Amino acid sequence: MSLLDYFRSSKKNTASTAKERLQIIVAHERRKRNSPDYLPQLERDILEVIRKYVDISPEQIAVSLEKRDDELSVLELNVTFPDDKR
Amino acid sequence: MAKIIVVTSGKGGVGKTTSSAAIGTGLALKGHKTVIIDFDIGLRNLDLIMGCERRVVYDFVNVINGEANLKQTLIKDKRIDNLFILPASQTRDKDALTKEGVERVLNELSKDFDFILCDSPAGIESGAMMALYFADEAVVVTNPEVSSVRDSDRILGMLSSKSRRAEQGLDSIKEHLLLTRYNPERVEKGEMLSVEDVKEILSIDLIGVIPESQAVLNASNSGQPVILDKDSDAGQAYLDTVDRLLGENVPFRFLTVEKKGLLKRIFGG
Repeated sequence: MSLLDYFRSSKKNTASTAKERLQIIVAHERRKRNSPDYLPQLERDILEVIRKYVDISPEQIAVSLEKRDDELSVLELNVTFPDDKR
Repeated sequence: MAKIIVVTSGKGGVGKTTSSAAIGTGLALKGHKTVIIDFDIGLRNLDLIMGCERRVVYDFVNVINGEANLKQTLIKDKRIDNLFILPASQTRDKDALTKEGVERVLNELSKDFDFILCDSPAGIESGAMMALYFADEAVVVTNPEVSSVRDSDRILGMLSSKSRRAEQGLDSIKEHLLLTRYNPERVEKGEMLSVEDVKEILSIDLIGVIPESQAVLNASNSGQPVILDKDSDAGQAYLDTVDRLLGENVPFRFLTVEKKGLLKRIFGG
């Protein structure tokens, strides 16, 4: 590797940025695709309930339903609370 | 019984028709009786890529509506035996295709062809759904670029949920990744997603990598499927792809930058 290449590689590699972004969005869309139709409504309802107590925005809540095997499905709920309310 | 293969992508302009023409021609070159069907109703282009645009009399929709029979409608390729084209209608829209109509035509073709290649339109509307519905295998054409990869993943979702095989609980469609417009130089510089990156994201089996090549535009300009340009990199990459589709184990080529010799570097070329 020449000296010139060394300086070049310190720049952000756009291909790896593309890969990271794709991995996140594709995983997200696959989860949505394989989840039941009621999940978006469930997510909205949970959001409303939490909002009665804490002011959070829709981005701060993530609901996913993951099928582990034929008998077990796990409903995962992630809520990010704002700092000042802690 | 013919094997039905859909060539699809979700995104437009990634090389579906170019690939359909090349792969269909390649299968026929190998001695398999092949028909390529243009499912892009209203935006017919396979005829132009195959160089038979002036020989279109009837089209797919005419056959579905019973206004013409297959024998009158199929265009026999003048260069290669065993190769036929079923052109799309230019005047109708996507809704002219019905599931029953398409099934009837496919069943009839299935009787005396080995391969039926369905050249899908872009998008996820009825035309694209019709092209993939009856498929046994799918070639998902993808460019190493974010929007194309995302759309391919969307199409993979459709293949596994909206196809006949999915609805009837049969074995799922065999999915293959065909990476097109690949530029090893840009991959080496970190400017383009690599074969491995795309494979990892989509997690399907790789059937071919077609390098970005001047031969492709030259081929479409002259109405010759690029696979007939056997000296070109893209032509050879399509020949390899066809071999793999037929179950052969062929090493991948054109994945790395060709090292130029000292003389070439000095004098160019």
